[in-house]
Amino acid sequence: MHITLRRAAALLGLFGAIGLAQAQDANLARNLAATCANCHGTNGHARGDMKPLAGLSAEKIVAMIADFKSGAQPATIMHQISKGYTDEQIKLVAGFFAAQPASK
Amino acid sequence: MNTVNFGRRQWLGAGAALAATSLAGCAGMSASGPSIGRVVVVGGGYGGATAARYLKLWGGNVDVTLVERNADFVSCPISNLVLGGYKQMPDITRGYSGLKSVGVKVVQGDVTAIDVPGKKLRLAGGGELPYDRLVLAPGIDFMADQVGGLQAALNSGRVLHSWKAGPQTVALRRQIESMPDGGVFALFIPKSPYRCPPGPYERACVVASYLKTAKPKSKVLVLDANPEIQSKKALFERAFKQHYEGILEYRANAELKELSGNVAKLDFEDVKADVLNVIPPQRAGDLARGAGLLNMNNRWVGVNWLTMESTAAPGIHVLGDATFPAPMMPKSGHMANQHAKVAAAAIIQLLKGEPVNATPVVMNTCYSFVSGREAMHVASVHQYDANDKTFKTVPGSGGVSAAANQIEARYALSWAENIWADSLAV
Repeated sequence: MHITLRRAAALLGLFGAIGLAQAQDANLARNLAATCANCHGTNGHARGDMKPLAGLSAEKIVAMIADFKSGAQPATIMHQISKGYTDEQIKLVAGFFAAQPASK
Repeated sequence: MNTVNFGRRQWLGAGAALAATSLAGCAGMSASGPSIGRVVVVGGGYGGATAARYLKLWGGNVDVTLVERNADFVSCPISNLVLGGYKQMPDITRGYSGLKSVGVKVVQGDVTAIDVPGKKLRLAGGGELPYDRLVLAPGIDFMADQVGGLQAALNSGRVLHSWKAGPQTVALRRQIESMPDGGVFALFIPKSPYRCPPGPYERACVVASYLKTAKPKSKVLVLDANPEIQSKKALFERAFKQHYEGILEYRANAELKELSGNVAKLDFEDVKADVLNVIPPQRAGDLARGAGLLNMNNRWVGVNWLTMESTAAPGIHVLGDATFPAPMMPKSGHMANQHAKVAAAAIIQLLKGEPVNATPVVMNTCYSFVSGREAMHVASVHQYDANDKTFKTVPGSGGVSAAANQIEARYALSWAENIWADSLAV
C-alpha cells in the first residue's frame, strides 16, 4: 500500500515537486534568519548584550516580535526593525531559530 | 555604459599589485565528497569575509578561496573610537584563522588580472586561481584628483584620510595626540555618496570629545561638501550643541578645492589647521575598475540584486560599498555582510542548477558614538521588489534613536562583536 502510493506519487512527479518546495522554504527561512545574525549571532548564537535566539520556541519568538511591532514591548531598535518583516517571514525566522541548538 | 569586451581582452588589469605570498604556502581543507564548484572571493572585509564564511556554512562541498592583501581584518566601524583614544587597534583587529578553521583557503596577496572567459585570476607573484564563480568585494578607492594637491599630500603622509582602517588610523591618532592645546582639527567630508554616511559626523564628535578633556582650548572644524548632515541629522546637531558648543564648528556647503601645505582652500576662504583630515571623494575599488565593472556613473558597479552579479559581467558577484546602491541603501559594513549572504545563497543555487531566492531581504543597522560612552543608531529593512527589480525600504519600518545614550553604546559594541563573529567565524 505504502509503496504503491509512493510510486504513484513519483509517477505524477508530485514527490519531487513537494521536496523542492520544502527545500525552498527551508532555504528561505535560513536566508531570512541570516539577516538577524549581524546582531543576534550566526544561527542565533549571540554574544555580549544581544539576545540569543537559538533554541527559543517559535511561539515565543513570534510573540516577542508581535509585542515589538505593537509597542507592547518597549525597545531601543527592535520596534523599528520588526516592522520591516511580514508575519509570514517572522514565522519562518522563528521556526529556523527554534530548530537550532540553544546557546551554551 | 562602460562595459568591456571580455572576449577580446584576455587579461583585464585588476588593480595595483602589492607583495604576495605564494600559493604553495596555502594549504586548505578539502571537503569530503565531490565538490559542487570552486568559488574565489577577492577582498576580506565585511562583504568578502561573510561571503566566504556563508558559502562554507550553507554550501557544504564548495571549494572556497579568499584572497586578501592584508594579514588581518581591521574594522572601519569602531575605528573612530581609536582616534578618540577610547579603543586600541587590537580591539578592532581580528585574524582570518576562523575562516581557515571552517575550511576557507585564505591566500594573502593581490590580484593583478582577471581572465573572465578563462575563469581564472592571476596573482601578484605569478600564481593563478581558477574559479567557477567569482566574488569581488573591492571596497572603495579614492578619486583624489578631484581635489588639487590631495594626491601629493596623501602620498607624503602629511594629510591622512583614515577612511580605511589600519595604519592610517594609527597615524591620525598620533597627529591628534601631537596637536598643541589650542590647535585646530579640520575634517573634510566629500559629497555623497561615500562609505559610511554617519561616519564623518561620528568622527567629529569623538575627536571633539577627546580634545574637550585632553586639550580643552582646541577646536574641531567640520567642513562638509554637502548641504547638510547626511545621516542622523537631528541627533548629530543635538550632540554638537549639547556636548561640543564652542569646540566644534560645523559648516555646510564647504567643499575642499585645493590643498597647499597646511592650508585648505575652499571656494571663498582658506582654512589653516594643525591637522587636516581629508575624506576624499570615492568610487568602487580598483579591482572593480580594472575589471571594467564601473558601469554606473563610471564610479560604481551595477548589480542584479537577486544574485549580486555585476550587470556588466554576469558570473562576477560584487558586494558592499563598491555597488551602486538600491534606494536608501547605505554603504556600510553591515549592508556588505547582508549583500554577501544574498550572494552566497544564490551562488550555491546556481552551482547546483537550482532557482535562486526570488524574495531576498536585507537590513541595516549603523551605530554612531557621539562621545566615548554614548551612541545612537539608524536602522532600515529592505525587501526585494520584483516589479522594479530592486530592494526597497519597507514603509513604516526603520528609523533612528530617540536620543544617544549609554545603553546604545553597549549595544554598539555588542553589534561589533557579533558581526565580526558572523563575518569571520571568530
